Amino acid sequence: MRTNLKLGALALAVAAVGAGCRQDMHDQPKFIPLRPSGFFGDSRSERPLITGTVARGHLKDDTAFYTGKGPDGKFVNEFPFPVTKEVVERGQQRFNIYCAPCHDATGAGYGMIVRRGYRHPPSYHIEQLRNVQNGYLYDVIANGFGAMPDYAAQVEPADRWAIVAYIRALQLSQNASINDVPAEARGQLSGQQAAGGGK
Amino acid sequence: MSQIFHHSANTLVRMTMVGVAVIVGGVGWVAYEFQQSAYQTRATQPREQPIPFSHVHHVGGLGLDCRYCHTTVETSSFANIPPTKTCMNCHSEIWATSPTLEPVRASFRTGASIQWTRVHDLPDFVYFNHGIHVAKGVGCETCHGRVDRMPLTWQENTLQMNWCIDCHRNPEKAVRPREFITSMGYQPTGNQEEIGRRLVQEYKIQDARTLTSCSTCHR
Repeated sequence: MRTNLKLGALALAVAAVGAGCRQDMHDQPKFIPLRPSGFFGDSRSERPLITGTVARGHLKDDTAFYTGKGPDGKFVNEFPFPVTKEVVERGQQRFNIYCAPCHDATGAGYGMIVRRGYRHPPSYHIEQLRNVQNGYLYDVIANGFGAMPDYAAQVEPADRWAIVAYIRALQLSQNASINDVPAEARGQLSGQQAAGGGK
Repeated sequence: MSQIFHHSANTLVRMTMVGVAVIVGGVGWVAYEFQQSAYQTRATQPREQPIPFSHVHHVGGLGLDCRYCHTTVETSSFANIPPTKTCMNCHSEIWATSPTLEPVRASFRTGASIQWTRVHDLPDFVYFNHGIHVAKGVGCETCHGRVDRMPLTWQENTLQMNWCIDCHRNPEKAVRPREFITSMGYQPTGNQEEIGRRLVQEYKIQDARTLTSCSTCHR
C-alpha cells in the first residue's frame, strides 16, 4: 500500500507540474508586438519612427500618387494607375469598411455613426462634390476635412485611390440617365424607376 | 511449512492491481481535463480592461467591420490593437464628455499608450500569422467566436495545439469564402464540407501533411 501511495503522489505531482506551470519557453525574453518593455520610459517596445525617417526604397517622391497634387500644387484629376474593375471592387470593399460607417453605403451621409450623433457630412451627390478633382477626394481621405478625421493610418495610398474610383462610381449611380445605359440593355429597365431617376 | 499469507491476501493483491490502474488513469484523466479547462486556458472568461470596451456595441450594434480598427489583420502576422487616434475618429464628437472614456482622451492628449490587458497570448514559440489565415478563408469568427456578442472580450477557444491541429488536418471544415471573412454568424449556403473542399482548391490551401509539419508553426 505504501508503494501505491507513493505512486499516486508521484502521478499527482507529475500532473500538477505538467498542467500548472508556464515554462520560460512560453514567455521568452523577446519582444512580440505590443509586449511592454521595461527599457524605455513609455514602456513601448515598438518605437515610434523619428520624424523624417525614410525606409530604403520608400521615398515618396511620386507626389501625385502620395498627395493627389501635381508639381504646381493643384489637385490632379488623373488616376495614378489604370482603373480596372478590380480596382473599383477593392474600392467598394474598403469604402464599406472605412467610409460607410458615416457616409453610408450610398454616400448620402446617413451612416450609423452620423445617426448616433456625429456631424452630418455632405452627400457625395451634390453638384460641388461631383465636380471636384479626383486628387481632392484623395486628399480628404489622407488629411481629413472639416469634422472628418484623416484616414492616413487606416487606408493605404493605393486603397485611397481605389476608394476615390468607387466614390465616382457611386456618384454615377445616383446621377445616371437613360443615355448611360447601352441601347441593348435598356429593355431590361422597362417598368423600373431607374430609367427616370437621373438628371 | 505453513502459508505466509492468509488466503484473503489474494483479494488484496487483485484489488491493489485494479486500484493502481484506476488511480493512475483517474489522475491522468483529471490532469488532461484540467489542462484544457477554462480555468487553465482562461477561455470564455471575460478580461477586465482599463476601459470597458464593448464589441457588442461596436460590432453588433453599429456594424463596424473588424478591419475598421484591426487594420493590419490582412497583411501582418499580428492583428493590431488600434491606436487611440482610431477611437477618437468617432469619440471626438460622440460620448466626448463621458467619464468612462476619459482614459481614451487622456491617452490622445498626452500620447501615452492605453494599457489594455492582452486577451490572446500564444506561447512565444508559436509563430502564428493572421494574414495567411485571413487570405485563405479562415473567418475571424472561426477562432474568435461571436465577438459581436462579447460585452468584454474573452478568448473563445483553448488556443492549444490540438485545437490548431484539428483545423490544420481538416481545413475544409472551417474555411469560408473570402467575402465573408469578417461576417459574424456566417452560415454556409450549402454543405460546408463541399464548399470547403472547393475553397481549399481555389485558395490553394496546402495539404494536411504540410500544414501539420512542425516547422509550419514552430521554427
